[in-house]
Amino acid sequence: MKISKMQELLDADVLCCEENLGKHVYSAFGCDLMSDVLAYVTDQAVLLTGLVNPQVIRTALMMDMTCIIFVRTKKPNDEMIQLAKEHGIVMMSTAMTLYTACGTLYSNGLIGTKEVGK
Amino acid sequence: MSDNLVFRFDVQGNDFTSAGQASVQVKKNLRQLGLDADTIRRVSIAMYEGEINMVIHAGGGVAEVIVSEDYIEIILEDRGPGIKDIDQAMQAGYSTATETIRSLGFGAGMGLPNMKKNTDSMEITSTIDVGTRIVMRVML
Ligand SMILES: Nc1ncnc2c1ncn2[C@@H]1O[C@H](COP(=O)(O)OP(=O)(O)O)[C@@H](O)[C@H]1O
Ligand SMILES: [Mg+2]
Repeated sequence: MKISKMQELLDADVLCCEENLGKHVYSAFGCDLMSDVLAYVTDQAVLLTGLVNPQVIRTALMMDMTCIIFVRTKKPNDEMIQLAKEHGIVMMSTAMTLYTACGTLYSNGLIGTKEVGK
Repeated sequence: MSDNLVFRFDVQGNDFTSAGQASVQVKKNLRQLGLDADTIRRVSIAMYEGEINMVIHAGGGVAEVIVSEDYIEIILEDRGPGIKDIDQAMQAGYSTATETIRSLGFGAGMGLPNMKKNTDSMEITSTIDVGTRIVMRVML
């Protein structure tokens, strides 16, 4: 799914790296636990989260994720935006809850990150 | 070998804001060396988990990454409290992290097993009240 399509579906504000809205993501992972992101994401997925701190961006960076979507209108600070910019990671913010945002993307065809053991 | 590349970082303890900076820098350096994405990702995950552990469990330490012709070695050394029972610490889900750490997105007890999973070898030496040294290798 194109990142710009996700932005439309979630009615999200783009916080940085608009120039990468044309990129595609192939799966998604939603959670507030960065340990789980580091342990379970196996492909270059989009991260949906309600957690806002620099480790969210560093975690996404470690996992080669190209897009982070913050739910419940949460917004990262300038320092975090700077870090994401430096690495071309698109960040967006949506008013939806984690459940609704994930459900919206899923029902529009974006699958979850490959489940372990499958 | 004389032409090994060595990157060395001081990892600040109890400064959660900067936790992970060394790993971000290592990732940049490895990308510049043109290593393949999968190798870089494995090194990144292992080092990031280890770096976060030094910050949250050991009050900081020193991280060293050695790039040789055949492997990448990550050495993490701290003067923290040490690990009493390494086998137990290696179990998925085992964690002594505080509620505060959990609210920051870590402390699920997945770090050490994830470090092992992403590397070809991992050795932990730890002495109570002296510190912990972890050496991991990813073969090239
Ligand atoms: N560098 C360290 N110094 C002291 N204890 C450590 C260190 N790294 C890990 N530990 C211990 O091992 C446990 C498991 O580590 P880990 O699997 O990374 O889980 P987590 O960090 O989520 O607690 C930690 O909760 C801690 O008790
Ligand atoms: Mg850990």
